[in-house]
Amino acid sequence: MLSQIAFWGAVELGLVFAFVAIGVFLTFRVLDFPDLTVDGSFPLGAAVAAVLITGGFNPWLAAAIAMVAGALAGLVTAFLNVRFRILNLLASILTMIALFSVNLRVMGKPNVALINADTMLSPFFGLGMREVYVRPLFVGVLVVIAVVLVWRFLESDAGLAMRATGANARMARAQGVDTRRQVYLGLALSNALVALGGALFAQTNGFADVTSGVGTIVVGLAAVIIGETLFGARGILLALIGCIVGSILYRIAIQLALSTDALGLKASDLNLVTAVLVAVALILPQLRRGGARS
Amino acid sequence: MRNFILALAAATALVMPAKAADVTVAVTAIVEHPALDAVRDGVKEALVEAGYKEGEGLKFLYESAQGNPGTAAQIARQFIGEDPTVIVPISTPSAQAVVSATRDISVVFTAVSDPVGAQLVKDMDKPGGNVTGISDMSPVADHVALIKEITPDAKSIGFVYNTAEANSVSTLAALKEEATKAGLQVIESVATKSAEVQGATRALVGRADVIYIPTDNTIVSAFEAAVGVAEEAKLPLYAGDTDSVQRGALAALGFNYFDVGKQTGEVVVRVLKGEAPGDIPVKVAAGTDLVINKKAAEKMGVTFSEAVLSRASRVVE
Repeated sequence: MLSQIAFWGAVELGLVFAFVAIGVFLTFRVLDFPDLTVDGSFPLGAAVAAVLITGGFNPWLAAAIAMVAGALAGLVTAFLNVRFRILNLLASILTMIALFSVNLRVMGKPNVALINADTMLSPFFGLGMREVYVRPLFVGVLVVIAVVLVWRFLESDAGLAMRATGANARMARAQGVDTRRQVYLGLALSNALVALGGALFAQTNGFADVTSGVGTIVVGLAAVIIGETLFGARGILLALIGCIVGSILYRIAIQLALSTDALGLKASDLNLVTAVLVAVALILPQLRRGGARS
Repeated sequence: MRNFILALAAATALVMPAKAADVTVAVTAIVEHPALDAVRDGVKEALVEAGYKEGEGLKFLYESAQGNPGTAAQIARQFIGEDPTVIVPISTPSAQAVVSATRDISVVFTAVSDPVGAQLVKDMDKPGGNVTGISDMSPVADHVALIKEITPDAKSIGFVYNTAEANSVSTLAALKEEATKAGLQVIESVATKSAEVQGATRALVGRADVIYIPTDNTIVSAFEAAVGVAEEAKLPLYAGDTDSVQRGALAALGFNYFDVGKQTGEVVVRVLKGEAPGDIPVKVAAGTDLVINKKAAEKMGVTFSEAVLSRASRVVE
């Protein structure tokens, strides 16, 4: 059914989108702030990294600047929400649609190619390991680093303040937490991670395209929820690992959907098949626990 | 959870190479849409004409990314994993995803306006490596000439497009250059989704003398909305693709995308017969059909000259 290349390709893309999943986890779950900015900050990260790399910047520096750009996008959403009391969902939608134009400005055109450019991965390609494995391994190491950092942060005093803000803002304020600052911090951190995901997507696939943000939120949310279903609510670290596993499983579901030609399915059925596979992944554990709720 | 993992393990345990047909041609497009589908069908037709029939030595695969570049990347890996003889990516992002993921498998891209800018090949004449293909850069100079011929009084061209589409942006740049040479002004109007096409077209009423709609996926998918406005305001409406003439454009000089597909398929056949893709120059698709619509012309207050009528390869009554 799945070739090695297809399987590891799905793992690689799942790992790239694990950054999105962790970012979405921070906003939706930790801060309780439904943030759609990610649909704009993912291609923003891709755009900034691609433009800087083609402009001769070091790809690591380019990715770092992409993260700063993503953080700024998150701050704009937080600013609209905190300062002007615009509903969180609407504030993030405003930033998201604005970013569409910003991304076109950044790139100067809808698509920037990186196929012949030196990326963060280029130094690792000549070391004897096949590219099929180098890419997921490289992205995987970065994901692990990100998970450890985010985990340590959320377990620290500063992180506890953020979790308290999401759990019960009024109580957090009564305990002396500046909840507004937590919203700024959380959205900046979340969108910086999402932008890093975008920067990595551009570098592993050879292009930044302004349309690549479409549905980012859906993919991130699906990953978070698949992870939660599989691992349950048992602590921050497991939740973060759930984000990674969920993201990879989502991509494997798409990959399986792509190889179901034998069942008489057409290319246009892809999204439907993906949705069914993900739904099955979510329903199976419930059945095992003793039947779906009626 | 265990059930799911078991199911997944069962699925992935079936990791095995695709059953070998004589040749496999794998086609992928970023989205399903009449012009891109016509390209795919054209490729298939050219293969059939060269004696490659599905089920008789030819395995023909097709996947659409349904508009999502992430999925395009997965399709690229899926195909490369199946190790086909040739991969045919249709459109810029699909082609980039495939080209960046393989240096071994032969790639014949198509419906890409600017293959060098998209870094698919370094040089149109000597592509080198495993990649060649067909470009569909619009013959914009011919379009401007046609506009001047049919509507000689026009001083300005209204251009409706989506700023997110690479093809439209490169067409706009070329149009501005050609229009300036011809003494015409270009007025831009942007629609970022199909629901905005009507408004974007209406914004040109009173500002532009004619409207020109490029081969823009967003605008073309809501073409009727633009036609409605043009008829109401008696503004001559030109299209960049001939299929849109049936839908109410006054005239178009453009590619027949089925033909573009056939030309692509001919290149695929050359690769199947053993030529190295790197040795086959990237060509701009040949053949531009003039298609005109008499009913639309009447509504937009235009009459065709004898010269235009006799040159048209198809007239919609």
